[in-house]
Amino acid sequence: MTKARIDDRFAALKAEGRAAFIAYIMAGDPDLAQSFEILSGLPAAGADLIELGFPFSDPMAEGVPIQRAAQRSLAGKTTLAKTLDLVRRFRLQDTATPIVLMGYLNPVLNAGFDAFAAAAAEAGVDGLIIVDCPPEESGPLADALDEAGISLIRLAAPTTDDARLAIVARRTSGFMYYVSVAGVTGTKEADEHTVAPAVARVRKASGLPVAVGFGIKTPERAAAIARVADAAVVGSALVDEVAAAVADGTPATPKVLAKAAALAQAVRTARA
Amino acid sequence: MNATSPPNTWDAYPDVNGRFGDFGGRYVAETLMPLVLDLDRAYAAAKADPAFQEELNGYMTHYVGRPSPLYFAERLTRHFGGAKIYFKRDELNHTGAHKINNCMGQILLAMRMGKTRIIAETGAGQHGVATATVCARFGLPCIVYMGETDVERQKPNVFRMNLLGAEVRPVTSGTGTLKDAMNEAMRDWVTNVADTYYLIGTAAGPHPYPAMVRDFQSVIGTEARAQMLEMEGRLPDAVVACIGGGSNAIGLFHPFLADEGVRLIGVEAAGHGLESGLHAASLTGGRPGVLHGNKTYLLQDPDGQIIDAHSISAGLDYPGIGPEHAFLHDAGRAEYISATDEEALDAFKLCAELEGIIPALEPAHALSRVGEIARELGPDKIVLMNLCGRGDKDIFTVADALGRRI
Repeated sequence: MTKARIDDRFAALKAEGRAAFIAYIMAGDPDLAQSFEILSGLPAAGADLIELGFPFSDPMAEGVPIQRAAQRSLAGKTTLAKTLDLVRRFRLQDTATPIVLMGYLNPVLNAGFDAFAAAAAEAGVDGLIIVDCPPEESGPLADALDEAGISLIRLAAPTTDDARLAIVARRTSGFMYYVSVAGVTGTKEADEHTVAPAVARVRKASGLPVAVGFGIKTPERAAAIARVADAAVVGSALVDEVAAAVADGTPATPKVLAKAAALAQAVRTARA
Repeated sequence: MNATSPPNTWDAYPDVNGRFGDFGGRYVAETLMPLVLDLDRAYAAAKADPAFQEELNGYMTHYVGRPSPLYFAERLTRHFGGAKIYFKRDELNHTGAHKINNCMGQILLAMRMGKTRIIAETGAGQHGVATATVCARFGLPCIVYMGETDVERQKPNVFRMNLLGAEVRPVTSGTGTLKDAMNEAMRDWVTNVADTYYLIGTAAGPHPYPAMVRDFQSVIGTEARAQMLEMEGRLPDAVVACIGGGSNAIGLFHPFLADEGVRLIGVEAAGHGLESGLHAASLTGGRPGVLHGNKTYLLQDPDGQIIDAHSISAGLDYPGIGPEHAFLHDAGRAEYISATDEEALDAFKLCAELEGIIPALEPAHALSRVGEIARELGPDKIVLMNLCGRGDKDIFTVADALGRRI
């Protein structure tokens, strides 16, 4: 059961008394080779968990940075199968760092829920976040993931009230993802004063660790969120490094890993 | 799968979860889910409130100009030599298309919900103009997302929206057409959850939009059915409408669903031809998937990435279709065929020359199939087509396609 990897990681971090740093990157961005280098280097840079985005042509909840990352990835013909290949190769060298795939429903629906879940588990995927699949629509997907032992990680948002939180928390495992701002990724800033009570609410409803994302771009923000949540997720800021590397024709890997290291350091020392 | 089993009563759809058989639903980000559920409740309450309906009917009569006429297209009938051809004249509505029917309903709902900012997406610009119009009428700020490709090819409508006080935001992501405009409108909505009402223009999106837009557009079919009974003493043998997202078609079809003898025929845009790959025929050339909040037929590649649609008509240039059409297609209640850019242009010219009506390029697609349908049915039969928009907005596109300069 691969979901044990997520539980083990959060249990270990709880024992250490610190929050997790979750790094989001897009598979195939800027190309498959470099995204594999980045993926491989993230644990040493300090990522405790990795969210690996798989591209979709119409990413409705993303801001410009991740939209462009998906476009770069698709321009390089990245597919869901190639995304799973990245995970499979990563697992040859790292069996402890949880990997959560994140994206939109249509590519997964297209692959077939059962076939996808089996292939993902075989590759070493631990969890799945589907942005456009709320609990009301996720029954068949949850069945397939349960069968394969993969966590379905759900999103809670500022608009999710307590009654709805109970619905959202049903059939989820691993951790909950709290969307800290009403908006698309990488635009507004998460404020720890409003995030703290929300995290407590989500934790109470789900009994799971709560990761916070969507509004964290700097080490300072990451540290502030790491003081009140179980994990801080950074995506757009890392993807911005890829975009910058592409713009000046330099390798992306060192830029992304340096940024990840700075963010990880901030999270690791936040509660010290 | 209950999508293919014949239902007992068509009015039972969608179910409480917004399902038309296997299609529809609410596939949106969690941030939007509470808003979509709230809209569902608000719309159900408004629908059941006679005061809301009365207010809507008042504006439909005195502002939109309903009922629109049912017109016997005598010269086209003679030209094709088959069934009698009737047009439902929804191009005579205020703003020149059927889009205002839905906008009037939704703007009254938005105000009833206390929303103070309106956003919309538009392709051809007809829905954008209709939204800008009702926003001007009721004094609400209006932002219209429009793909930059469409901004270029529908300049007259961009100017009209500006005159009406709306802000048109060109969308550069993706290919800059209707689907990208819809993505951007969803991004706006998720960012402005407290005060904003998203006024979707087609019978697609998360529940309740497909059902709500259908209800507001059903005035087309309800009127046409009654008018036909009055003029001919019987129902038509076939009703025909063009389909992009499918709002005018579902508005025409829905009141005829229980009339088993009436064939329902939707005409999708075949662009350069189905075999070219450059088309917008989701039912004919696509397969089921999830986009923009609903499960429906979509143009997509083998990995589930959405393929850009192509049509000379910006209003049909969408890679999906409303979920109720997907359902009617699989259930076999409606037939879906297609027409190419070239066929639509020919029909556009024919309608202008024989009937003195310049149709929009969208219904010109439907008209290009009406001739063969009329001949197939034969002289004692009746075919009814929704002339859902007028062609003033298209004269530059048509001139360009014909190689003329104006």
